[in-house]
Amino acid sequence: MKRVKRRYLALQLESNSSVTSREFSDAVWNAITRLYGEYGASQMGLTILDYHEEKKTALIRVSLATLQQVRASLASITKIAGKEAAIHLMSISGTIKSLREKTN
Amino acid sequence: MKREFADLHLCLNTRNSTAAQGVMLKVAALGYDLVGIPFTPETPETEISNFRKICKDAKVDLASRVDLVPKTRNQLIRLLAKLRRRFEVICVICENKEVARQAAKDRRVDMLSFHSLEYKGRFFDWAEAELASSGTASLEVDVKPLLLLEGPTRVRLLSYLRREVSIAMSFRVPIVVSSGVGTELLLRKPRELAALVSLLGFNETSALDVVSTNPIAIVTRNRQKLSRDFVAPGIRVIKEGGDC
Repeated sequence: MKRVKRRYLALQLESNSSVTSREFSDAVWNAITRLYGEYGASQMGLTILDYHEEKKTALIRVSLATLQQVRASLASITKIAGKEAAIHLMSISGTIKSLREKTN
Repeated sequence: MKREFADLHLCLNTRNSTAAQGVMLKVAALGYDLVGIPFTPETPETEISNFRKICKDAKVDLASRVDLVPKTRNQLIRLLAKLRRRFEVICVICENKEVARQAAKDRRVDMLSFHSLEYKGRFFDWAEAELASSGTASLEVDVKPLLLLEGPTRVRLLSYLRREVSIAMSFRVPIVVSSGVGTELLLRKPRELAALVSLLGFNETSALDVVSTNPIAIVTRNRQKLSRDFVAPGIRVIKEGGDC
C-alpha cells in the first residue's frame, strides 16, 4: 500500500474571547463537514495534535492530497462557539519537528 | 519571483481614520501589497490622499475605487464620463440586464459585480461573457457572502458562482476575487482566499492569479492610462519641450 503523505500545519486563532480545545476542535470539524461532507472529512486524515488556549495556537496534521480543502475549510470559519473568530494558517511543514522549529 | 497580492474590495469607513489604520496594518500583516477601497463619487480628493497616506504608513498601496449602481444604460454612460479619470478602479454593480450588457462592452468599466442571491438577478451568462471578453471588464467575485451565509443559501450561491466562473473562463474573461469585508476578523490571507475560491472550480495556479495577477493588472493598466504621459495604448510621451 502506498504511504500517505502528510503535512503539519501551525494555526493561529484570532478571537476576542478565549476558546477551549473542545470548541476549537468542534469548529474545525464542523467547517470541514459543512463544506465537504462526512465523506470528504474522512479523506482528510485530520488530527489535532496540540492546542494552546492562552497563545491561541494549534498544530494539526492532514493528508497532503487534501491540504487545499483543509485550507478552504479553515478559511470559512467565522465563528467559534457563537463568538466571532478567524483561523489563520501560519506555517506548513512536512515533519512536526521542523514545524516546531519554525514556530518557536 | 515573489507573488504580490491584492484585495480590490475592502469596505472601510474612510472617515474613521483610527479604525482604518488598524485594518490597514492587519491587511499588511496578512500579506497584501495592494488594496482597493471604494469611495463615493462625491469624495473629495483630499480625503483620498489622506487615506493614501494611512495606507503608505502601513506599507500597503492604495487603489481608489468607485462602485457604480446605475439604474439605466444612459445613467451608467454619464457616470463613466464623469468619474473615469478620477478613480483607478471602476466597478459596476449590475442590478438589471440593460446595465449589465452596457457595462460589459464599455471599455471604461474595470469590473462587473453581481450581488443578487437570486438566480434571476445575476446576469453573467454567455452573452454577457462574450461582450466582456471583447472589452476590458473582469468579473468580480466577493468572498464575504461565502463566509457569512450558511446552509441552502450558500449552496445555491456556490452553484451560481461556479457556473459564472466556468463561463468566464471559457470566454477568457479575467476574474478578480476580493474579500468585500470591513472587519479584521473577516479578513483572510490571500492564500486562504485562493483556497476558498478553489471551491468555484479554479486550479491552484488560477486561484492564486485571481488574488494577485488579475487585480494588479487592472490597477497597473489604469495607472498607466491616468498618467500624464499616456497618449494611447502602447504610446506614451517620453520627452517634451524645446529640444525634442
